Amino acid sequence: MNSKETNCAPCLEGDKLLHEVLPPILLRWRHAPTALLQILREIQEALDWISPEAIAALELALGLPRSKIEGVAGFYRFLYTQPRGRYRVLFADNIIEQHQGSASLIERMCRNLWVEKGKTSEDGLLSIDTTSCIGMSDQGPALLVNNRVVPNLTESRVDQISELIRREIPLSAWPDSLFVVADNIRQRGILLDSELAPGDALRSVLARTEREGLEASNARSWREGLPSGLIGPTSLIEELHRAGLRGRGGAGFLTALKWSACRNAALGAGKERVVVCNADEGEPGTFKDRVLLSSKPDLVLEGMTLAAYALGARRGFVYLRGEYRYLLEPLQAVLAARRAAGLLGQSILGVHGLDFDIEIHLGAGAYVCGEESALIESLEGKRGTPRNRPPFPVTNGYLDQPTVVDNVETFACAALIALHGGDWFAAQGTEKSTGSKLLSVSGDVAQPGVYEFPFGVSIAEVLRACGARNTQAVQVGGPSGTCVSAAEFDRCIAFEDIPSAGAFMVFDQRRDLFEVARNFVHFFAHESCGFCTPCRVGTSLLRNLMDKLANGRGSPYDFGEIEKMNHILQQMSHCGLGHSACNPVLDTIARFRPAYEQRLLHAAFEPAFDLDYSLAPARQMTGRDDAGAHFVQADTAEISNE
Amino acid sequence: MTATKKLRVATTSLAGCFGCHMSFLDIDEHLFELIELVEFDRSPLTDIKEVGDCDLGIIEGGLCNAENVHILREFRARCTKLVALGACAVNGGLPAQRNHFKLTEILEEVYHTSPGLANGLIPNDPELPLPLNKVHPLHEVVKIDWFIPGCPPSGEAIWKALTDILAGRDPDLGFGMLHYD
Amino acid sequence: MSESFTLDGKTIPFAAGQTIIQAAADAGAWIPHLCYHPEFKPHGSCKLCTVKVNGRHMASCTTQAQAGQEVESNTDELNEERRTLLQMLFVEGNHFCPSCEKSGDCKLQATAYELGMMTPHFDHFYPNRPVDASHPDILLDFNRCILCSLCVRASRDVDEKCVFALSGRGIDTRLIVNAASGRLEDTDVALTDKAMQVCPVGAILRKGKGFAVPIRQRTYDRSPISDIALKETSLALPAVENKP
Repeated sequence: MNSKETNCAPCLEGDKLLHEVLPPILLRWRHAPTALLQILREIQEALDWISPEAIAALELALGLPRSKIEGVAGFYRFLYTQPRGRYRVLFADNIIEQHQGSASLIERMCRNLWVEKGKTSEDGLLSIDTTSCIGMSDQGPALLVNNRVVPNLTESRVDQISELIRREIPLSAWPDSLFVVADNIRQRGILLDSELAPGDALRSVLARTEREGLEASNARSWREGLPSGLIGPTSLIEELHRAGLRGRGGAGFLTALKWSACRNAALGAGKERVVVCNADEGEPGTFKDRVLLSSKPDLVLEGMTLAAYALGARRGFVYLRGEYRYLLEPLQAVLAARRAAGLLGQSILGVHGLDFDIEIHLGAGAYVCGEESALIESLEGKRGTPRNRPPFPVTNGYLDQPTVVDNVETFACAALIALHGGDWFAAQGTEKSTGSKLLSVSGDVAQPGVYEFPFGVSIAEVLRACGARNTQAVQVGGPSGTCVSAAEFDRCIAFEDIPSAGAFMVFDQRRDLFEVARNFVHFFAHESCGFCTPCRVGTSLLRNLMDKLANGRGSPYDFGEIEKMNHILQQMSHCGLGHSACNPVLDTIARFRPAYEQRLLHAAFEPAFDLDYSLAPARQMTGRDDAGAHFVQADTAEISNE
Repeated sequence: MTATKKLRVATTSLAGCFGCHMSFLDIDEHLFELIELVEFDRSPLTDIKEVGDCDLGIIEGGLCNAENVHILREFRARCTKLVALGACAVNGGLPAQRNHFKLTEILEEVYHTSPGLANGLIPNDPELPLPLNKVHPLHEVVKIDWFIPGCPPSGEAIWKALTDILAGRDPDLGFGMLHYD
Repeated sequence: MSESFTLDGKTIPFAAGQTIIQAAADAGAWIPHLCYHPEFKPHGSCKLCTVKVNGRHMASCTTQAQAGQEVESNTDELNEERRTLLQMLFVEGNHFCPSCEKSGDCKLQATAYELGMMTPHFDHFYPNRPVDASHPDILLDFNRCILCSLCVRASRDVDEKCVFALSGRGIDTRLIVNAASGRLEDTDVALTDKAMQVCPVGAILRKGKGFAVPIRQRTYDRSPISDIALKETSLALPAVENKP
């Protein structure tokens, strides 16, 4: 962590930037314009914001137009082109954290430090705001301070942090105990139980391969002359096929198909295949990838190396969400150890042509980058806007090269399959959903954390395991997933029933499912990339409608409008974010309709805003408070709420 | 439409310029046809001050002050159907271009800091309606049944829309008559 | 090439590599659109050109034509959805046609006329957006920008200048210019730039030209956009490839 003890004036900052901070960053990223996001992120980390001087310096150093740099900097929530204080505190604002009492903690810290939420303090010391879920729902409420996670917030922790900020203690000198993130592994299965030593899975694949097949797909010209099926790379894909492995990111595409499509994609001159691990675990309520990366990093990285072997890829990326910045150094240490052990780099394990290495890129606060084509745009140093498809990444991905993008858990599964074989893997789970699934369990349960179950486990079983009582509903797969009510708890987590990317948020009888849906709708509006009209405007309109209901101004008219917005988002949006932005609303309307109906307080249309309040500025300016200076409510229905 | 019972129609201009009413008069000789079909309640054309029970209310202008809202609500309560007539009624129009200024700053500038003002006071007579924080089109405050855009809509467009409405159809202006300016 | 698909029951032939909107335009069928321009690589953001391909909603500017596709476009359902998208664009910005120099020549307005949009329907956002009048010859009114990014593409791909770019995200996405000051006068934009010719709305305007043509004689006073757009398409140059 770069400390910022000195209170450097903006004029000095330019100098400091040019002479100290920027050169090593640029060197580390080889002056590559494709690393623009990484460079901006490191500048942000070193200097607390992206100053105009920094942008000017990058314009020269990278040969990029300033408009492009500003365009990228403006897209990511963790990059600031305006100073936001030397301490930037962001409280996680997921519904789970809200239920854990985050609101009063935010208030407390704002009061402690005399700052208004969303604003930068006048002395430029700090700002306090909210952000989307940061993957700590099992140990919330949690916050990020300058991108470092502080979980398990209590009033005393908030007071402690306030004091550290007030005394301007550099983050590097804060007590380590604040930053301890637990894995909270509650139930282990084939994945979390595995004791794979680095290289085991790779060696196992190589050992099963005929001697003459000991060539990586990289040695293409040589390989093309061989009878297919004899060699290791294709037999590995064959094992994945036997295993029936499907992508763990939620969509459930067959991994073997994806890998073969990428392997078989035509390579243009100077192009090569690329392996990307999607560790942009942004779905609210999900944190199992964080746990995998902290407890089983070798399994994941080995899976990526196996993919490289199968595809003939030389280059790999882990796209790690910015919220998991604290995992960067540990992961880099694992990468270094693997390089030292000959498991990354040239001729891995002595196999000719098996040359592969992995680079870690960090996100910077953009949920949409979990969408694979947006992720690739982001890897290329651009705004994270989902691409038009086709063409798909398997043929035209990173820098227009054939690219496989898979979830963290998928790579871990691939490594296990390489080690134990496809049949072993397929013996678990259901016919269409083989293997196990990691669930990130949070909310109203006794034991939040990561649970591994064979696919096909019923919701009821999971609830029993985690000690949930009086459960009203479970949000499976996060806001873009499915909301399940008690009547359906016998349903299963499987691609053929309820697919899940891993989130399992539990709400007991105390919770208001309308408020849950409203929180998710706010999330989507906050995270919309703004590219397409229906999602950019529609998510905001939907948010406004839900707020209107929450504010007691709803009528059946607004209910109709919500349904109309649902339709437009689902049918017209550019990508999955827009398509699923209405899911929480549709699901809760279907299952908890009374939660909506009780908010339709008016028979006839009411304005979304408070008419009487809209006279307040004029009252203030004129000093009037007579009857004519107020509105009486047209409808006598009672206004409740908040 | 049979001539047995005439439709009762009220019109008013809120935060508008009366241009739409002028354009209404531009339907010229159709006025004779219209008067066979409708009778006017409150309207600048009749000088009736209070709106009675009507089949149709036609409203020009958006909402920029408390009085506009009161009248609009009265119209909504008294008229079976409401028509928003013209750009200001439909999207706030010219008055809504004040919406990106703070009302307090506007009042400050107009009554306190503009050059040439001596002892400027913001009028505070209870007889005067207070301005709303923002200007709103009609549909943001009450349900509006039909919209006739234009600044103003041409007499021809108004006549077409009215004949559609009187015939029980949704107004359909089509190319040449549908205009936002 | 004799392959074809059907558009609202009509047979439309297409050449390999053509998108649905291109083939339709060649066959004289107009599909509403704003961010699509025949001279540029399709973008697919406004979604106005959405059609139903074999029952599925797809943007026709980015969907390749394929033999045997059944495409619906001019249906009540799709036109209703498109009207909703237009209404979204109208309430998202500040579109006051009576005081806009582009009125009568504006594609947003003309498309809304064509689709019979009588009201913006939703509550207005009335965003607080600036006007940049710094340049001696060019006015930028961000209130009217619909984020189609045609100027971005024209400046980058044709003018090779990157005068324009999008910044921000979500509902706060905004057009920016390539200058530290943020002002157009400090960019290398020129009146002759392609970027000056492609704005569908009144966001990028040439100064001193406003209201030159009397009402009733402007582009879309004379003919509806469905006619004019097709004439423009047939005069268009081949698409410019996107540069990385």
